[in-house]
Amino acid sequence: VSTITQVDPAAPAGSTHPLQQRRPLGDRTFAIIALASGLLVLVILVLIAVTTSQQASSWFSAEGWKIFTNNWNPAANQFGALSFIYGTAITSLIAIIMAVPVSIGIALLLTEVVPYRWSRPIVYVVDLLAVVPSVVWGLWGILVFAPWLNHIYAHIGSAVTGIPVLGNLFGPPTSGASFFTAGIILAFMITPIVTSLSREVIATVPAIDKEGAYALGATRWEMITGAVWPHSQGGVVGAVLLGLGRAMGETIAVALVIGSSPTITSHLFAPGYNMAAVIANQFGEASGTFRAALMGIGVLLFVFTIIINVIARGIVERSARRKRGA
Amino acid sequence: MTAVTAETQQPDLQEAKGWRRTKNRIMTTLMIISFVVVLIPLAFVLFTVIAKGASVISWQFLTGQPIPPITLPANVGGMWPAVLGTIEITALATVIAVPLGILGAVYLNEYGGRNWLAALISFMSDVMTGVPSIVMGLFIFSIWVLHFGFSGLAGAFALGCLMLPIVIRSSYEMLRLVPNSLREGSYALGATKARVTVTVVLPAAIGGIVSGALLAVARAAGETAPLLFTILTVTTANPNVFSGATTSLPSQIFANANQPYTGAQDRGWGSALTLVAICFILMIVARLVTARFARYSR
Repeated sequence: VSTITQVDPAAPAGSTHPLQQRRPLGDRTFAIIALASGLLVLVILVLIAVTTSQQASSWFSAEGWKIFTNNWNPAANQFGALSFIYGTAITSLIAIIMAVPVSIGIALLLTEVVPYRWSRPIVYVVDLLAVVPSVVWGLWGILVFAPWLNHIYAHIGSAVTGIPVLGNLFGPPTSGASFFTAGIILAFMITPIVTSLSREVIATVPAIDKEGAYALGATRWEMITGAVWPHSQGGVVGAVLLGLGRAMGETIAVALVIGSSPTITSHLFAPGYNMAAVIANQFGEASGTFRAALMGIGVLLFVFTIIINVIARGIVERSARRKRGA
Repeated sequence: MTAVTAETQQPDLQEAKGWRRTKNRIMTTLMIISFVVVLIPLAFVLFTVIAKGASVISWQFLTGQPIPPITLPANVGGMWPAVLGTIEITALATVIAVPLGILGAVYLNEYGGRNWLAALISFMSDVMTGVPSIVMGLFIFSIWVLHFGFSGLAGAFALGCLMLPIVIRSSYEMLRLVPNSLREGSYALGATKARVTVTVVLPAAIGGIVSGALLAVARAAGETAPLLFTILTVTTANPNVFSGATTSLPSQIFANANQPYTGAQDRGWGSALTLVAICFILMIVARLVTARFARYSR
């Protein structure tokens, strides 16, 4: 390769014992700079935790455990964040329930069904979902998608009124902006990451396992349930958790379509709020304890997503290591 | 008796029959349907953005200023402050995050090897990709904006924090693909480790590294949440990226999306089309770079 010839062979010479020679200053400096850049990741993560907790400390000390109550009223100095935690849980749950079957379906389609030359274009198309910016999903969601969904919600709502559980979950809507709309938009946004991670996991299933299943006379689906699934279920769980972490942290699209109403209700077609959205919408005009409370919600969000990501990455790495060891 | 019949019978190599075959077909169809289900919202959102944005976008829309009040129609003023802000802030974030990310990846692959620190950094860098972008905004607000005020630089720091782990991961994957024989050949000629890395390893992986960096830039260019409390959202152009409040395309879309006025909504759609075009162009360039310059690939 031509680049090798660019190396100046005379550079490190000049000593009779070149192998015992101290490494030149430039070389050591470069090593230290590289190490510092690597350590930057750890430094930033620690700084995020420290500085945001400091800014939020007055909320934690003023409210104590009352931060987990359901009374959010900045005008009356009441900052219970339970409704936002509930909103985050419910929207990301809806997103996961909708995105996971579709993502696993596409991942299986890519790895087990279509020939290689078709899989690349499909990957590009699915990745396009991730290239569309969050705020564009939000703009489309609030101006086009939510009004359209509202008609459908109205039909579903009138169909299920009176039925015990369904009536409580899917009653008549107040507007298109709701937990459910936010959940659907989140599902679109997390599908690419869940798909690509599941695909990576499923692609590691040894060909010999699959061929063995076919040799025993299995159909493709029986091969998938018998050979692919047992091998990759751990990794797919990790991929799903990473998708959950993404869904919890997605901000702007949700801030636009969730309806901005801090309520806890089983009614999925009702407007709600979530942690990321309340920070985005209210931080600008907040000060004092109000600002500390929003900062504190950010700290909680950071802690939740870090925990989920650590677990998910752990699972993914462990399943990857097992596969290398086998 | 059964053994005799088995000998005379031809093995059945045909496709499974009955319910087994039906089930297989149903599941395969469901997989294809799941791809179609993804195509629908993608086509829907792109069609809407292009249809509504194309009628708004003009040379004056992109280069005129200032951004008018929300009640005025979209043919007054222009989005230049936002376009300028997006270009400046994203470029500055790239300048900050990409070199640090590449150096971090160099540490992980060339220096760290299999020691515990490299393993920890690699793991935490993956975890960092999952930190919500709004938290990055709050972080830069606490550590920078409270002391030095709003500026494009603060926004660039926030975007840089988002890009850093993405650049580390993609560069690391590329460095791993560079064959060891290249490094060994270079060491044999007497080069120091820094020299080997800078003149042999990095050039060999540069295609993939650039492509990964461009994808990180595309991701950062579309982010709104980290910018809300770091650059503020103003309506006049601020060419000085290092001080003073400024604005960006995503911030303007967010500010206009919830407004009842058609002028504001039109400005939102026009900005959305501009932003989507920027992100798509960056992604396509990244793919082309991969196809053209990637010497080693998986």
